[in-house]
Amino acid sequence: MTENTKQNYLNHPKGIMSWLLTLDHKRIGLMYLFSGILFFFLGGLIALVMRFELAAPGNDIISNDVYNNAYTLHGAIMIFLFIIPAIPGALGNILLPLMVGAKDVAFPRLNLASFYIYSFGALFAMYTIINGGVDTGWTFYTPYSTQSTSNVVPMTLGIFIIGFSSILTGLNFIATIHKMRIPGLTWYKLPLFVWALYGTSLVQITATPVLAITMVLLMLERFLGIGIFDPALGGDPVLYQHFFWFYSHPAVYIMILPAFGIISEIIPVHSRKKIWGYKFIAYSTLSIAFIGFLVWGHHMFTSGQSVFSQIVFSFITYFVGIPTGVKIFSWILTMYKGQVSFTPPMMYALSFLFLFTIGGLTGIFLGAVALDIHLHDTYFVVAHFHYVMQGGTIVAFLGGLHHWWPKSFGVMYNQTVANIAALGVFIGFNGTFFPQFLLGLRGMPRRYATYDEQFVELHSYSTFWSGILGISIFIAVMNLFWSFIKKNKVDPGSNPWGGMTLEWTHTSSPPHPHNFEEDPVLQHGPYDYDKVIVEKTYKK
Amino acid sequence: MSGHDPNSPRHLKHYFHDVNQQYETSKFAMWAFILTEVLTFAGLFVAYIVYRSWYPDMFIDAHKLLDVNKGLMNTIVLITSSLTMALAIWAIQKNNRKLSVLMLVATFLFAFVFLGIKYLEYSHKFEVGQLPGEFYSYMGPDAVHLNNPHIFFSIYFIMTGLHGLHVAIGMGLIAWLIYSTYKGNLTSEYYTPMEMIGIFWHLVDLIWIYLFPLFYLIG
Repeated sequence: MTENTKQNYLNHPKGIMSWLLTLDHKRIGLMYLFSGILFFFLGGLIALVMRFELAAPGNDIISNDVYNNAYTLHGAIMIFLFIIPAIPGALGNILLPLMVGAKDVAFPRLNLASFYIYSFGALFAMYTIINGGVDTGWTFYTPYSTQSTSNVVPMTLGIFIIGFSSILTGLNFIATIHKMRIPGLTWYKLPLFVWALYGTSLVQITATPVLAITMVLLMLERFLGIGIFDPALGGDPVLYQHFFWFYSHPAVYIMILPAFGIISEIIPVHSRKKIWGYKFIAYSTLSIAFIGFLVWGHHMFTSGQSVFSQIVFSFITYFVGIPTGVKIFSWILTMYKGQVSFTPPMMYALSFLFLFTIGGLTGIFLGAVALDIHLHDTYFVVAHFHYVMQGGTIVAFLGGLHHWWPKSFGVMYNQTVANIAALGVFIGFNGTFFPQFLLGLRGMPRRYATYDEQFVELHSYSTFWSGILGISIFIAVMNLFWSFIKKNKVDPGSNPWGGMTLEWTHTSSPPHPHNFEEDPVLQHGPYDYDKVIVEKTYKK
Repeated sequence: MSGHDPNSPRHLKHYFHDVNQQYETSKFAMWAFILTEVLTFAGLFVAYIVYRSWYPDMFIDAHKLLDVNKGLMNTIVLITSSLTMALAIWAIQKNNRKLSVLMLVATFLFAFVFLGIKYLEYSHKFEVGQLPGEFYSYMGPDAVHLNNPHIFFSIYFIMTGLHGLHVAIGMGLIAWLIYSTYKGNLTSEYYTPMEMIGIFWHLVDLIWIYLFPLFYLIG
C-alpha cells in the first residue's frame, strides 16, 4: 500500500453523508473545530467593530443601541458558541479516545447528537443576529432581560439547547475516561490533558443543568410573568444572579481547565523533560473544579449581599489561587533544565504562562471585596477576564492546534510563519488589554459606547493593538489551513515533537479510521523522558 | 478490524472489548445522567426554599389549596409503577419475556393514570384561577389574605410540570421497551436499555417522593 492510498479517517469512507452521519470521534471533532473557528472569527469581528468604535469618544461608527447588541453578541458567541464547546468538542473529541487507547468514545451516536444539538442551538443564536440582536449583555440580568424588547428568548433558548450538547459531551467523556482505558493505563498514567477533560466534564454535567433551568425560568418569566425574578410580583432579581453565576462561575473552569490540560501536554514534550509534580497537577485540576462551585458570590459583591456572605465568598475565592499556583509552578519547574525548543506550540505555551499569570493575579485583586467595589463593572474586569479567557484559553487552544495539527491532519504548517504569528498574538494581546487595566483603575466603566476625553490615549492605544492582535490570529489560523490546501504532508509514522502519549507513539498521522491498527499496548508513562528516548521524526 | 467480530455477541458494539465493559459503561453514564437530573431539579428546590423562607405563612396557607387526596393517590400510583418496573427487569433476567412485557405495560398504565390525575388537578386549578404569576386570579375566601400566592403556584406548576414532562418522556421510553421486549430484542443476555430506563424511572418516582410532602403535606 503506497502512502497516498493508505486509509485514514480523513479519506475513508468518502462522501458528504459519511461526514454528516459519521460516528467517528475524529470527524466529529473536526466538525466542531470548523464551526468553532467560524464563530471565533464572527465574535472576533464584532470585537474589532467595538474596538474601532472606541478608538475615539462619541458615536463614530455605530450607535449606542448597536454597541449594546455588539458586546452582548460578542460575549455570548465567544463563550457559548466558541470557547465552551471548542476545546472539549474539537481537541477533546479528536484526542481523548486516542490518548486512552480506545477505538472511539463510549457513546459515538450520542457524540454526533451533541454536535447537532450544538448546531441547532447555534441556529437560534444566528437567528438572534439576523432578527436585530439582543442588548442585555451575555449575563441576561433580570429585571432588564425580562423587559428588553430585543431577542432575549431566541438567544436564551439557543444557550439552553447548547447546554444539552455540553452535558452530553461531558457524560460521554466521563464514561470514556472511566471505562474505555486500555488495560494498564491506570489513572496516574493518563496524560494530563485527559485529567483536565475529566475535571471539565465533571463541571459540565453538574453546573450546566442549573444554567438550563435558569434559562427556562427566565423564558417563563417573559412568557408567563411567573414573578420569581420580578420584585413587582414578590420575586427577587438577585436570585437570578445567584442561579446564573452558580453555573457561570464553574463555566469559567469549563473554559480554562482544558487549556491547563493542553499546556500540561505541550510543556513536557517541547522541553523533553518529565512533567514536574504529575499528581499535583492532576489533583489541582479536580480541586479547581470543586472550589469553582463555591465562589459564585464574588460576581455579586455589589448586588446587595450580606457582609458576611461577601467575606465568605471572598475568602473561598482566594483558595482558587492555590491549585492554580501549583500548576503554574509545576510547569515552570518542568522547563527548568529541560531542552526547551521554541516551536510554535511552545511559543503559545510560554505566552500562556505569562498572560494567564497576569489574568490570575488580577483575579485576586477582584476577589478582595474592598477593591472590587471600586473595580466592579470597569475595564479592569474586562481586562482581567480577557487575560484569562483569551490570553489563557484561546492562546492555549492555538498552541494545542499547532501541537496536534500534524497528528490530526497529517500536514505540517510553516513553522516560521506560525512563530511570527504567535509573537504577534502575544504583543497584540498585551497592547490591547494591558491599557484596559489602567482604564479600569481610572474608572472607565464597561459596556459604554463612548467615554470622557481623559481616556482617549489608552483607548486609542488599545484599539491600535487590537488590530495587530486580530491580524496575527488571522495569520495563525490561515497558516494552519494553508497547510491543508498545500498538502504539505508529513510521514504517517512521524512524531515531529517526540511526544510520548499513545496518539503519538501508536497510531499514524492522520490516524486510522479505527484509531489503532492493532490494540495498543502501553510501554511507558506519558512523560517518561527520563527513562525512554523517543526520537523526533518528521517527514520522510 | 472494521465491523463486528462474527463470534462476538450480537449487541456488542465494535469499540468495546467485551459485553461487560459495554454494560458497565452504560450504567456509569446513566448514573452520571441521574446526577445531571438531580441538579436540574436542585435549582428549583432552591427557588422553593428561598420563597418558602420569604413567605412562610403564605406557603402554609397556599398549600391547603392543593388536593391532598389526589396527591396521595398519585404517590401510591407512582411507587407501584416503580415496583412493576423493577419486576419487569427481574422477569427479563429470568428470561420470562411474557411477564416482563406485562409488567412494562402495567408501568405504562400507572404512568398514564398519574398524568390523568395530574390533569384533573391542573384543570381544576385552571378553572378557579390558581395559576402562576400574572395569570393568578383566584380570590376565594381561603386565599384573599394571602401575600403573593402566585409565587407558590409558579413554583408548584414549574416543578410538577417539569416532573410531569419527565413522566411523559418516561412513558415514551417504556413504550419503546414494550415493543423491543415483545419483539425479543431484549433478553436475559442483554437487557441494558431496560435497566437504564428503570434507573430513570426510579428517579422520576424519587423526585415525586420529595415533591409530594413539600407541596401537599408540610403545613
